[in-house]
Amino acid sequence: MTETSSYGNPTDLHALSGAYAVDALDEVERAVFEEHLEQCAECREEVAGLTATAALLAADEVEPPADVRSAVLAGIESIRPLPPQTAPRRRAAGAGTGDSTGTTSGGARVLPFRRPSPRLLLVAASVVLLLLAGGVALVQPWQDSAPPVVAPTLTERVLDAPDATRVRQEFPDGSTATIVLSREEGRAVIVTTDMAAAPEGKVFEVWLQTPAGDMQPAALMPDEPNTTVLLDGDATEATGVGITVEPDGGSPEPTSEPIALFELEA
Amino acid sequence: MDPSHAADGGPDPGPATPADQLAVLLKRSARGDRAAFAELYDATAARLHGLVLRVVRDRAQAEEVTQEAYLEIWRTAARFDPARGSALSWLMTIGHRKAVDRVRSAEASTRREETYQHRQHVPPHDETAEAAHASLEARRVRAALTGLTEVQREAIQLAYFGGYTHTEVAAMLDLPVGTAKTRIRDGLIRLRDAIGVER
Repeated sequence: MTETSSYGNPTDLHALSGAYAVDALDEVERAVFEEHLEQCAECREEVAGLTATAALLAADEVEPPADVRSAVLAGIESIRPLPPQTAPRRRAAGAGTGDSTGTTSGGARVLPFRRPSPRLLLVAASVVLLLLAGGVALVQPWQDSAPPVVAPTLTERVLDAPDATRVRQEFPDGSTATIVLSREEGRAVIVTTDMAAAPEGKVFEVWLQTPAGDMQPAALMPDEPNTTVLLDGDATEATGVGITVEPDGGSPEPTSEPIALFELEA
Repeated sequence: MDPSHAADGGPDPGPATPADQLAVLLKRSARGDRAAFAELYDATAARLHGLVLRVVRDRAQAEEVTQEAYLEIWRTAARFDPARGSALSWLMTIGHRKAVDRVRSAEASTRREETYQHRQHVPPHDETAEAAHASLEARRVRAALTGLTEVQREAIQLAYFGGYTHTEVAAMLDLPVGTAKTRIRDGLIRLRDAIGVER
């Protein structure tokens, strides 16, 4: 984090809405805030309004040259539009709970998590209300003004951990990948921006390197440019993170040279 | 969230193309309709490129970014959610994010730093851009901007057109760390209310 304050407090998070709307967050703050957005309708509403407002500031019209148009129209010929989102992408790697549900041992197969239905959230909310009515001291200090708050996910806890360290790499095409590691939480998260899709029939697989030098499968990256993925496996002692290109479905061990390696400080 | 908003044209100027028309074109693009996408491009490219150029400043790089943005728009058209804002605002967000990512890449930022020294707060303007300022909408926005405090205005400009993070903005404006984000938010809220963006 670039600031000393913690984002564990939703009121701090709300305050990021304006900076988010004008893209003034760094990529980790952005990831934290987007996690929060999934849960906070109030912030989604505010962000929508502020984003629309920001767009109005950009009233200058400059016609791009004709070759941009032809390059775009030629370019789309070879790009398949993504299907509609049936599950929120940031839940795609089990960010929802951080447990091993959705992961089969060995292959680190990642299954998308389903967005909790509004009905479910209502149920959760009414449970909270019932508990409150019953005088159960369940409310955390950070619950003051917030709507029923879902406990922070493991991903959020890692991103927000006081001991979190970051290792960032930028690739020639301008895309970035950042590993956020919390030894205390014992887990690591990868945050990517602007990632190109893996080649046809391939997938980017992420590995955790053990002190012994073994590479353990930690995640298959969803086919999205901007993702936040909780890495499987104990990161308490991991010495590095690697990314390789593997056949669709992933491999139990790397079958190619890494395209990126991140060294994690002890 | 009011779903009818997507079609009400609230924040959308889209001089020739009504806002709901853009949403329709996006939807058809998501199904692989290239003619619809070409139409979408023609209706929005000048606006999006104007923003990208303002942020990126370098003409050649800005053209690359605009191109990347439209390829991304094509790829992710199905992810546009009318409940989260208008189609134009979604397009501009993608263009802006790409532009900001570009200027933040290490190499570009060195160059930009030098440019910044020379130009300070004067953004590059060309004649084509000037014409846009005559529009009613632009006048409304400019009027609303005068209602902001100096710090709010500068913080928003540096973040949105400069591509700086709120932490960098705080340092540039000699604000305590953590307060620039509040200035940006307060300023945008005031703008939103003054302009009457419905959300």
